[in-house]
Amino acid sequence: MKIPDLTELALRNLRESLLRNSLTTIGISVGVASLVAMLSLGTGLQQLFSRRLAKSGLFDTVLVSSRRELRGMGREEERKGPTPGESRILDEPARLEIERLPNVTEAYPDIRFVTELRYEDKPHLTMISALPQSAKSNDAFDGMQGTFFSSDNEAAVILQKSFAEELLGKTPPLGAAEPSVAELAKPLLGKELTMRYAQRQAAPATQTPLANEPAPSDGSVTSAAYSVVSREQKLRIVGISDLDPESMRGPTRAKVFLPLKLAESLHVMLPTDLREISRAASDQPVYSSISVRVKNPAQVEGVEDAIKKMGFTTFSILDASNSLRQVFRVLYAFLGIFGSLALTVASIGIVNTLVMAILERRREIGIMKAIGASDADVKKLFFAEAGAMGILGGIVGVVLGWAIGQIINLGINIYLKSQSVPPEHFWAVPLWLVVFSIIFAFLVSLVSGLYPASRAAKLDPVQALRYE
Amino acid sequence: MTTAPAVSAARDTVAIRSQNLCRHYRMGETLIRAVDGVSLEVRAGEFVALLGSSGSGKSSVLNLIAGLDRPTSGSVVVQERDLAQLSREELAKYRLHVVGMVFQSFNLIPSMTLQENVELPLRFAEVDRSRRQTLARDALERVGLRARMEHRPSELSGGEQQRAALARALINRPQLLLADEPTGNLDSHTGTEILDMVREFNRELGMTVVMVTHERALAERYAERMIFLADGKLIDDRPNAAAALDLRAEGGES
Ligand SMILES: Nc1ncnc2c1ncn2[C@@H]1O[C@H](COP(=O)(O)OP(=O)(O)OP(=O)(O)O)[C@@H](O)[C@H]1O
Ligand SMILES: [Mg+2]
Repeated sequence: MKIPDLTELALRNLRESLLRNSLTTIGISVGVASLVAMLSLGTGLQQLFSRRLAKSGLFDTVLVSSRRELRGMGREEERKGPTPGESRILDEPARLEIERLPNVTEAYPDIRFVTELRYEDKPHLTMISALPQSAKSNDAFDGMQGTFFSSDNEAAVILQKSFAEELLGKTPPLGAAEPSVAELAKPLLGKELTMRYAQRQAAPATQTPLANEPAPSDGSVTSAAYSVVSREQKLRIVGISDLDPESMRGPTRAKVFLPLKLAESLHVMLPTDLREISRAASDQPVYSSISVRVKNPAQVEGVEDAIKKMGFTTFSILDASNSLRQVFRVLYAFLGIFGSLALTVASIGIVNTLVMAILERRREIGIMKAIGASDADVKKLFFAEAGAMGILGGIVGVVLGWAIGQIINLGINIYLKSQSVPPEHFWAVPLWLVVFSIIFAFLVSLVSGLYPASRAAKLDPVQALRYE
Repeated sequence: MTTAPAVSAARDTVAIRSQNLCRHYRMGETLIRAVDGVSLEVRAGEFVALLGSSGSGKSSVLNLIAGLDRPTSGSVVVQERDLAQLSREELAKYRLHVVGMVFQSFNLIPSMTLQENVELPLRFAEVDRSRRQTLARDALERVGLRARMEHRPSELSGGEQQRAALARALINRPQLLLADEPTGNLDSHTGTEILDMVREFNRELGMTVVMVTHERALAERYAERMIFLADGKLIDDRPNAAAALDLRAEGGES
């Protein structure tokens, strides 16, 4: 029999015992719905986390630190490898070497230091970090109020939301609604801050102007000595960022950002300067860490390996997301198993329904064989019925699962709104899941149809027609 | 029927030949010989009646000829096909294209309209939809049920149902019509009506007919030859002089 005929006959047969077949189909839809619900919850959560991670903007960034710099990145630090004595110093030549690695777009020193910022004459001690112009495209600055630095040496700062709260004295009590970024930005944008910092100067100390002091490059400096001068720099607030672009740095993350060139020109005394004093032959800067931007996230691993071979320690979000992926794989497996279990129960329903149908339609099968139906025709007909129930159940199930997801999304978001947290999608039904679920339901139902179909095909027509 | 009758074809060729045909059923210790060494021949275009008391094995013989059942031993050859040699698949094809069957209990599928019932063999034969509908309509027209084609079997009288069953049996233009007590559930008037129709097909299309019946009178009226069974054995096989006369008489009429 041809497929359209099979479909037509199968649907007609399903309609004949409408109630029973509907119940079976509903059984399948519930199975599919729970599968969809489970997996879309998993997908939704994963997307939520990935989104959060992506917004941290560091998917294509590798942090490099000297192996000596054990404190450099806090707890994520890789502590294996060569002893400090064998490791390399993270200085300018090292930075240039890293920048020349394939697939690296830039490598810039992480200038970060703790210093005092004055706003309306009140001092605030905070971690400051320098950002290159390329960070402008970082997702973390998507929801930013104000603008990014217009040039790389503009005397400007971008504040992280929590620091803005601190400046305004608006730090909310735990659990209370947070003020919006726009609210925080209004009184702050365009205002000036005064940064007080310690400048490192090559000895003998000369009062050269800050901005355009050339680094001594003739190598004639014999002494590593330098002096420290206290300085001030006025900075204009140009932006308030909503998200924390440095979330992956853990305890050393900064709340205030300066343009990179400006930060370099300030020659701020960095914590590493003290420690590397015996090794740095000149006053060539030694960096505590370097941020390396990779062309695309897929190449992060290769670049990381190359840098590790050079004798440095690396850290990327990949390391973090790898373990996250692991967690989600397990979560998926669990949710998938529960969903499949529901579908398995439903498939037993299919077997049951079809076996009942064979008993009921014994005579009909006998008639069909008597007038020329082959075993294959009868088999296909039962398969078609099973498959039709599977597809119908699959479609209804996907819709049902989607609806459940929407309701839960809605519920959670109503709750989030009451907590003044922006709405999130915990529940995502991606297209692949829709297609997969329907195909899966179809296949499961075909497998369920296997036994009834072959039993129907084997039916002896003489016996089937013998009794009324 | 618009096509030219193929009667002449070969009155002398053998349509069905069975040799020492047996069908035994084993019921625990006892062996039931439903068909026990039946050898018979039916010529192409012949109208044969199979008679015998209940349980004599008439239906069993018919089912063996129809390819619905396989013999325990012996052979059935229908138009050069040795049914014992055919695979299940080939037997199905044989039933579809060579044999048309009519039963005492009509055996229409209750959930289908007459048209759908009549169309069903065409579906198995994978005939195109449009052609299928024309053929089904024509077949129903021929048995006078054109107007009832959207009805379900339960909405029809017994005679009408048997006419529809006849239309279904003939839709694939079989060479062989096997009827198992086609009038068993009908009153004598309606029964005659049905058998008139069968005879018409037999004559016009040259279709070989084997009809199982209880009723000697009907056999004498329609069959050219009568085969008697008892306890699974063939006990008598004789031409029916009356029907031969009748045939000549009607031939003269038309
Ligand atoms: N599946 C079976 N198992 C056991 N015995 C069977 C089976 N089928 C038929 N028989 C026996 O074979 C014998 C012949 O049966 P069959 O149906 O051919 O008789 P019949 O001549 O058609 O009778 P009726 O006129 O009542 O229809 C009977 O005795 C019947 O009980
Ligand atoms: Mg019988």
